[in-house]
Amino acid sequence: MSRVGWIRLAIVLGAVGLLELLCQTGVIKTMTMIPPSRMAVELWKMAESGKLGAPVAKTLSNVLAAFVLSVALGFIAGLLIHSLPRFRRALDPLLASYYAVPFFVFYPVLIVIFGMSDLPIIIIGFLFGVVAMIINTLNGLDRIPPVLLKVGRMNRMGSLQTALLIKLPSAAPYLFTGVKLAVAYSFIGVIASEFILSGAGIGYDIAYAYNNFDNRTMYALMLFILTTVTAVNMALYIWEQRMLKRRMGGR
Amino acid sequence: MSASAVDKAAAAKPANPALRRWMDFILLIAGLVGVWYGLHLWAGDVALTSPYATVAKLIQLMGQAWFWPHVGETLLALFYSLLIASVGGLGLGTLLGIHRLSGQIAEPILVALYALPKITLYPLILLIFGLGLSAKVAFGAIHGIIPVTIFALNAVRNIKPVYLKTARVMRLTPLQAMRTVWVPAALPEIVSGQRIGFALTLLGVLLGEMFASQQGLGFLIINAIGLNDVPTIMALALLLALFAVTVSSLLLALDRKLHARS
Repeated sequence: MSRVGWIRLAIVLGAVGLLELLCQTGVIKTMTMIPPSRMAVELWKMAESGKLGAPVAKTLSNVLAAFVLSVALGFIAGLLIHSLPRFRRALDPLLASYYAVPFFVFYPVLIVIFGMSDLPIIIIGFLFGVVAMIINTLNGLDRIPPVLLKVGRMNRMGSLQTALLIKLPSAAPYLFTGVKLAVAYSFIGVIASEFILSGAGIGYDIAYAYNNFDNRTMYALMLFILTTVTAVNMALYIWEQRMLKRRMGGR
Repeated sequence: MSASAVDKAAAAKPANPALRRWMDFILLIAGLVGVWYGLHLWAGDVALTSPYATVAKLIQLMGQAWFWPHVGETLLALFYSLLIASVGGLGLGTLLGIHRLSGQIAEPILVALYALPKITLYPLILLIFGLGLSAKVAFGAIHGIIPVTIFALNAVRNIKPVYLKTARVMRLTPLQAMRTVWVPAALPEIVSGQRIGFALTLLGVLLGEMFASQQGLGFLIINAIGLNDVPTIMALALLLALFAVTVSSLLLALDRKLHARS
């Protein structure tokens, strides 16, 4: 690991250590927050007793469904919108302000339409993730260097060849950003809708524990979500850095 | 390209491109309203009110005295959290952008924080700040401050070194360099960050109001959800969407202008 990486790790560990110290010495009261070590112990206990399995499986499968849908449909929608510049100009302000509209308000509407199942939650996760993917697909297609397209034309490439050999690789970093955001937003959409109104899943369990002053369960579940999301993101980040490095090396 | 082709291209362009852009936008909105009406016909009145009924409901709500304190509460919470997010994020991002090492250290941490579903942290914020305005403000601010910081960091860090060298060669005082080099070079990206910060701060404030709150538009929405009062849900969603799209479009126009200039 690089020097920067070590310093970063030290800062993160230091912050957790400080939190632990403040909680242990009682500066932060147990009513507000339990020490991080206790959170980990509680989480371990929950995992051992098997209480964690069902909500985790439910939440993660919903997130996965929302993620796959938003990446696939977002990419296709991005391609379509990119080929219609006039439509796109009109759409831009709506895309830009999309994330300010709270989609949870449509949750009851979705329940009436689709019934009390996982589908409304997946749709909300999808609605959250898809626009990030559309925006980044558009960005990627915008940034293809025109000279590469000219080279493609000089080599008499067909449109499929151009798409696979030129457009996709040069848009890839932006598409990857879109994928990363789609992961994050699928998590946010699914967990937030579970949190506000639903009958199962990790988000629901956290809200339930909060309402019952069950701080130990609440913090254990929070810790689980925070570490899971961070681990997924770090894995994607490292993968992206490798991809970019290989690209730089190739030049 | 032959002369006639050039003529043709010029003739195809309408006299006023701005007008045409507005027409396109209005057409798009009309299309969206059409889709909405179609969904209304398909799903029925129970699930989705028609566009006309929604607007009528919104006007009726706006005519009532009890409605405005809720709007005021949301705007107040939004104002405070935007203040914290934009000023705090700008300051933090600028510092991290100038000091290269701390920027390198902080950026992945910020990106990781940005991706967290912050709603899981809301109980913690409620336990720290208690129920009321301050919890909403804090929740809105943590949504907004991270993107503002990330954009400001990149804006300052990506200023071309040759600009800074030029400033030094011309022996500008720090104040002059700030005014003529740093600010104009970083401003376009900073405005982009503020735009995203605005959207997320509004989302954060509304989420905060939807859970454990007694005032504000988010509270009205969650109340209406509990009662399955679809016309009110739709009317409030419309109001919020109009507000968000208007502010965001203004910031987007400013953003475009600044990016075009640089």
